[in-house]
Amino acid sequence: MTVIPTWAQLVYLACAVCFILALKGLSGPKTARAGNLIGAAAAVVACAVPFFYKPDGLEHLHHVPLILGAIVIGTVGGVVGARRVQMTQMPQMVALFNGVGGGAAALVALLELHELVGAADLGADVDWFVLVATAFTIFVGSVSFAGSVVTFAKLQELMTSAPVTFPGLALGFGAGIVAAVGLSTQLALDPAMWVGIVLAVVGLAFGLLLVLPVGGADVPIVISLLNAFTGLTVAAGGYVLDNVVLLVAGTLVGASGTFLTLLMAKAMGRSVANILFGALKGGSTLGAGVASDRPVKSANPEDVAIMLAYADRVIIVPGYGLAVAQAQHTLRELVDVLSERGADVDYAIHPVAGRMPGHMNVLLAEAQVPYEQLKEMDEINGDFKDADVVLIVGANDVVNPAAKTTPGAPIYGMPILNADEAKQVVFMKRSMRPGFAGIENELLFEENTTLLFGDAKDSMGKLLNAVKAL
Amino acid sequence: MNDAVVWLTIFILSVFVGIEVISKVSSTLHTPLMSGANAIHGIILLGAIIVTGTTDNTVALVVGLVAIVLAAVNMVGGFVVTDRMLQMFVRRKKKPVAAGSDGAGAAR
Repeated sequence: MTVIPTWAQLVYLACAVCFILALKGLSGPKTARAGNLIGAAAAVVACAVPFFYKPDGLEHLHHVPLILGAIVIGTVGGVVGARRVQMTQMPQMVALFNGVGGGAAALVALLELHELVGAADLGADVDWFVLVATAFTIFVGSVSFAGSVVTFAKLQELMTSAPVTFPGLALGFGAGIVAAVGLSTQLALDPAMWVGIVLAVVGLAFGLLLVLPVGGADVPIVISLLNAFTGLTVAAGGYVLDNVVLLVAGTLVGASGTFLTLLMAKAMGRSVANILFGALKGGSTLGAGVASDRPVKSANPEDVAIMLAYADRVIIVPGYGLAVAQAQHTLRELVDVLSERGADVDYAIHPVAGRMPGHMNVLLAEAQVPYEQLKEMDEINGDFKDADVVLIVGANDVVNPAAKTTPGAPIYGMPILNADEAKQVVFMKRSMRPGFAGIENELLFEENTTLLFGDAKDSMGKLLNAVKAL
Repeated sequence: MNDAVVWLTIFILSVFVGIEVISKVSSTLHTPLMSGANAIHGIILLGAIIVTGTTDNTVALVVGLVAIVLAAVNMVGGFVVTDRMLQMFVRRKKKPVAAGSDGAGAAR
């Protein structure tokens, strides 16, 4: 195996410590940006190291111009993607970046297997545990890649966001696991390239099966889980390559990612197993995803303006639809005007508002909404009963009482904002189409609910003018 | 100590550290944290560079270069996009300070 000089080992150690500091920094608002930069610096330094020592008895690293070229291509691609992406599309972007990382890990493991097979053919004794770790990286890396691609397609609405199930799915699942274990055992006993390639293909298929049955609203949890998977593959890759920084960084991401996944699932009142396999058991077929034609009470902007202008306590519930319409800035203006008129206005932020936990905070931060007006769910849920008007903009599932009342609904058990307790509820909606979870919202048909149809930005502009005119 | 045991030790300790360092994260920061952690596993780029630079097989070289491109997208893109998000948080944190009448606002 590669002999790494002591100085390089020490640099790797320093980089591993920096990754710990980076994660620590990222978990606090004041230190987050510094944490991210520390992580980036450590990653760059760690990647520069192999260019400066003699690996494997070679005089120097081979193919340096090609390697640098590939790095430049990847860097340009990454930077352009990262700069162009809309904040609303952040979950897809994270999924995509995660997927390519998982894919890269699987390819690295396949290459390492190629080396190991070569060594075994020459009569060298290859440790079976190294082969198991290689198999793990190939399989889980492929799962992560395929799963992330499906996740991306669901969020980008390239395919239906509803759970996709078909007969035999559970069977395919079991077969995938059996095949993966069998192939890994085969690989450990008798290393051969074809086994690795078949294992990668099985991994890709398994990744598809894993994510297809997950409903759109739950997809972010899956992103987080796949992120943790990729972390673990990188860790296993570190063991195979004898590289401590890969091991530590990968394990950190694997462990923290798993923990974060559990935290998010808890915020949605669900177990991870239920999110992944709920659709397999049936029951979440409630989401027909079609617009209802039941009667609702709709109003024009002027009516809603009067309602808002004479309210003392207003709570805004922003959702993903707000951000898609780019109406955050107009909303902030409206809130400013209402505050000037003496109303007490807050934003109620559901932990999974937007399409990913914490996403809405990012989106409103972009619109420069003052920090202290953003209230977390637990903090504000008691206030709804005193609210004169709740204005729900582009949100749906996070105020859907079905989460409390309808066992079997995909969102059943998710803690929701108690908007239904307010004296008046105003929904700003584009259409009667259901939310991302694909289920009808009973709150729309309540007596004290008023609907303001139209594009959020357009309606918000009219509403703002109407309030100003009063 | 057996070599594999050394690795196992590092692995187990890293698991605990990984959980411990993020155990107090607020839900506000879930998205950037996920994105930042995502960028960190882009360090597989280092592995891709090593395997590509030590191979002499043409097919392996091509596969390795693909892995490098993918890993670089993950790593660089991940850090840049996380920074973009966090930049907005910083701006939001400054605003109330600047608007406030306390000394901190004046000092800025």
